[in-house]
Amino acid sequence: MPMPEWLPSRRPKEASSSDAALWSKCPKCGEVLYRRDLAANLDVCTRCSYHFRMSAYDRIASIADGDFVEIGQEVVPNDPLGWSDKKTYLAKLKSDSERSGLSESVVCGFTKIGRFQVGLGVMDFHFRGGTMGRVTGERITLLFEEARRRKVPCVIFAASGGARMEEGMLALMQMAKTTAAAAQFTEEGNFFLTVLTDPTTGGVSASFAFQADVIVAESKAMIGFAGRRVIEQTIRQRLPDQFQTAEFLLEKGAIDMVVDRRKLKGQLLRLLEYVVHE
Amino acid sequence: MSNNVIVEREKILLELERRIAELRAASAAQPLDMSAEIGALEEKYQQILREFFGTLSPWEKVHMARHPGRPTSLDYISRFDRFDELHGDRHYRDDPSIVGGFAFLRSRSVMVIGQQRGRDTKENLRRNFGMPAPEGYRKTSRLARLAARLGLPIVTFVDTKGADPGITSEEHAQSEAIATCLRAFSTARVPIVAAVIGEGGSGGALALAIADRVLMLEHSTYSVASPEGCAAILWSDAGKAEEAAARLKLTADDLHRFGVVDEIISEPLGGAHRNAEDVVSRTLNAIDLALAQLAPLSEERLMEERYRKYRRLGESQFEGVPPVVRA
Repeated sequence: MPMPEWLPSRRPKEASSSDAALWSKCPKCGEVLYRRDLAANLDVCTRCSYHFRMSAYDRIASIADGDFVEIGQEVVPNDPLGWSDKKTYLAKLKSDSERSGLSESVVCGFTKIGRFQVGLGVMDFHFRGGTMGRVTGERITLLFEEARRRKVPCVIFAASGGARMEEGMLALMQMAKTTAAAAQFTEEGNFFLTVLTDPTTGGVSASFAFQADVIVAESKAMIGFAGRRVIEQTIRQRLPDQFQTAEFLLEKGAIDMVVDRRKLKGQLLRLLEYVVHE
Repeated sequence: MSNNVIVEREKILLELERRIAELRAASAAQPLDMSAEIGALEEKYQQILREFFGTLSPWEKVHMARHPGRPTSLDYISRFDRFDELHGDRHYRDDPSIVGGFAFLRSRSVMVIGQQRGRDTKENLRRNFGMPAPEGYRKTSRLARLAARLGLPIVTFVDTKGADPGITSEEHAQSEAIATCLRAFSTARVPIVAAVIGEGGSGGALALAIADRVLMLEHSTYSVASPEGCAAILWSDAGKAEEAAARLKLTADDLHRFGVVDEIISEPLGGAHRNAEDVVSRTLNAIDLALAQLAPLSEERLMEERYRKYRRLGESQFEGVPPVVRA
């Protein structure tokens, strides 16, 4: 896969060229993987097919054909509640930003998949656990509104621990805001697709993510409303490993299909061919 | 022993009340004049009452919102002029933690939907402590869509710790049920008034609270997660709930300031349950007034204003605030 010109400048800077930066260990099978091989395999373990959590711009590079024109990057988070615990919320934002190269948990913009113009939103678990704050909701809303104006499909990759605690009710209200924007968008006949990636929970799964016309999930992704720990505490027993996986949700009828990341782009293209009429 | 700080304080007050009554009885039975002692005790009672309930911390409000005697949805709905309950999600079962149906409020025909917790253990078990399962949310969105089609305004009562977090709820796609509910309220082309009467916990509460007017009782709480949930998520320690309650800005005043809540309904000293009849009747008046104000709006205007209302929550705060982080 050729690397788009814009990608290197947006990728988080490599911390160093030490061994730790060159190698990654698969958390599932323990295989030690050369980073470059891993990247070439779309962050999927070459031995056991474990899907690593992908960064937003790597994801975009793996899906987009041609240029990616970002929108909403001028809107950046601040601290509405004056939150502080072990660290101030502003300090948490700053360190996540430095680590991930992102200014919020979602990157939105317009690009092409194959020959199709699409609005593309990608959440990134590496920024505040992919939680939805006001700016996350604002950017997703902007994406829906602009895609509605352009009458192009919207594809959103979800990865989220839910609503962001440090922004309190203003974070919860993003569920209402993104819902309203998604509803306006689809009610005018536009096509909306989500790809649920590991993990997708809480305020994101229970709002725009499950309102999509077609819901695709990546293999073995953890998807649910309540987090595993919360459920285990409530019922006071350990949950089976399969519980809340993409495969489990497919069996229960909650999603349309489970797709291996290496086949994802081809699958998205096939789906767009059914619904976009030029 | 209750773990509710408000209930514990009420026990102290009850003990004082009992002593005052005893003194009164004793004083009536004897020639001895004890009016000075009685007066002193009564003064002390009033003083303690003010100390206990004059200003409540966010954590105390959480306990007030969970008070077992606090009026529940059915206490409000039973004071409508008429109510016929509708049942079931048309797919699997009827969820008793959601109560809904046709009602008359004054002379207005409406659809009313509320989250219902129990008053005692037995009822709480039946109603799952007011934590709706997907079936409850599916019943809610069914009734909301029905109301929209029939042109009936919707009135909701919010009172839940959150959506049910059990195995079956996950198997039945709780996320989808809530997401569909949010969408039903977001797109219903009729006036919607929501009242937060107890605890409003996370997406499970919001599922009934997308509305043109949101009312909130003075000592109710409404938050992104329950304080225990927030503490568990951020600090892996549900024991830090009190600290979370203070940080979450979950009181009616805070939320009014943020524009999440449109109107606060005051409560008597000591909480709504101390004069439930008055609180319920003032709440219904406020709902009626809100519906009267929304009634003349055209459908287009109503929908536009609702969209703008939620659109702004996140937008306006950016004005004049310098960017903090730049990638």
